[in-house]
Amino acid sequence: MAKKEKDMDIRFGKFGTVSFTSTTKINDFIDRLEQGKISGSKCKGCGKVCFPPQADCNNCFGKDMEWFDVSGKGMLLTYSRLEYAPVGFENDLPYSIALLDFGDYKVFGRISSDIPEDEIKVGMSMKVVTNRLPNGQLNYVFQKA
Amino acid sequence: MDKVGIIGVGQSAFVRGYPGSIRELAFEGFKEAIQDAGITTKDIGASIICSAPEYDKQRSPAGVFAEYMGLIPQPTFYVETLCSSSSTGVRLAYSLIKSGIHEMVAVIGFQKMSEISSAESQERMGRGADIQWESPFGTMMPAYYAMYARVHMAKYGTTSEDLSLIRVKAATYGQINEKAVYRKPVTFEMFSDPANPMSGPVASPLRVGDCCANADGSSCVIVANEEKAKAFSKKPVWIMGLGAASTAVNMAGRDLFTGLTVGIEAGQQAYKMAGVGPKDIDVAEVHDCFTIAEMMAYENLGFAKPGEGRDLIRSKETYKEGSIPVNVDGGLLSKGHPIGATGGSQIRTIVLQLRGEAGPMQVKDPEIGLVHNIGGVGLYGNVTILGR
Repeated sequence: MAKKEKDMDIRFGKFGTVSFTSTTKINDFIDRLEQGKISGSKCKGCGKVCFPPQADCNNCFGKDMEWFDVSGKGMLLTYSRLEYAPVGFENDLPYSIALLDFGDYKVFGRISSDIPEDEIKVGMSMKVVTNRLPNGQLNYVFQKA
Repeated sequence: MDKVGIIGVGQSAFVRGYPGSIRELAFEGFKEAIQDAGITTKDIGASIICSAPEYDKQRSPAGVFAEYMGLIPQPTFYVETLCSSSSTGVRLAYSLIKSGIHEMVAVIGFQKMSEISSAESQERMGRGADIQWESPFGTMMPAYYAMYARVHMAKYGTTSEDLSLIRVKAATYGQINEKAVYRKPVTFEMFSDPANPMSGPVASPLRVGDCCANADGSSCVIVANEEKAKAFSKKPVWIMGLGAASTAVNMAGRDLFTGLTVGIEAGQQAYKMAGVGPKDIDVAEVHDCFTIAEMMAYENLGFAKPGEGRDLIRSKETYKEGSIPVNVDGGLLSKGHPIGATGGSQIRTIVLQLRGEAGPMQVKDPEIGLVHNIGGVGLYGNVTILGR
């Protein structure tokens, strides 16, 4: 049965500059971000690895998952630097969204704003770190590795 | 008696700031299609209303439109696959007719994008991707397609100049399409002039000129069974092949970044069903929401090998006189892209081409045409092959 609104666990509302999702079965993702960990999920039943994490396994339909932390280096697959932003993101401009390939999974996020654009190259090695935004929200960004 | 044909097509002019409500906008495309088909509203067994949600306040537009068009008490329902909504509508119309449930179906697509601002529109479109995991980073359609352009450039050596050539071609035909929203010429030199708005940055490596024009518009396609098609139409156009596919919504779930898997898969399905190949296509409409999208479509549909799309545009083979004319109505780039109306408008263009009624845009005597319509960032793909 649905909980009353005041009892709802809305931790996921802290994800990103503007979150469009308030709650999810994997709200612990936010607590892990607070602890500096960017985490994906692994199904205990069949071992399927997912990033972003998911509460449900569409492979074996098992219901038990465990967290794993994204670590090491990923390869920058692609990126785009935005000079124009959707509503709600204007104060972040300019910023770059990007995709890192870790082999078993990929991570979509932002490139750290302190890296000049001319130093960003497709194929470069990067790592992902948690980041607190000026408005108190949380996300993760890619840094040189 | 089991072919399915298109007997009527219509579209409104694609404009900025349509001075009317959504039902009035939709009526424009509908009226043209009904008159084109030479039928009355009583002949239509069902209507399928197609758009992307949240551009206007109307919830469940199907009932509202059916009443306004005079299509009650026949069944009506709403379908959406973002920018490919009305191609999905035609796919469903085909199924309803092929199953024998209906003899004739109207597919009505519409979008009134000017109800909201451009930045709001970018936010809405961005939320056509993964709102839980990607939108919080500040995503929008141009940036997603720019990520594909970046990889295409890195892997194949495609250049921004190649993309400019696609925009110049679109504008060539937008100027002669009286229903296009962007009727001005675009020259190659505009892209190298920092003072020209076309060269302005949006989401690197894509520039303002690489992006399609938002517009308000409507389209309508009347689909009929073989008996009705032959009875009502002197020049029915037959649906020879249909293909449709989906893929991971999150970029992290994808493996290909030099093309759209949904375009490849939908194309292969449609070719197989039609019993034809890329070389048999005489004229095509592809989903050029961004210049890079047209470049990838050349390759994903087999008009060029992967990485060789640029040769087609450099040699002008996709111009009206070339070996495979593409988007000779101005495409989404110049004709405009009123999301839910786009697929129906693309189909209209090909139907008119196959009938020899495309006016100044007419390609020489085409027999088989193809429509490639993508929803979201390659999230949904529809390919429709039409023949005389």
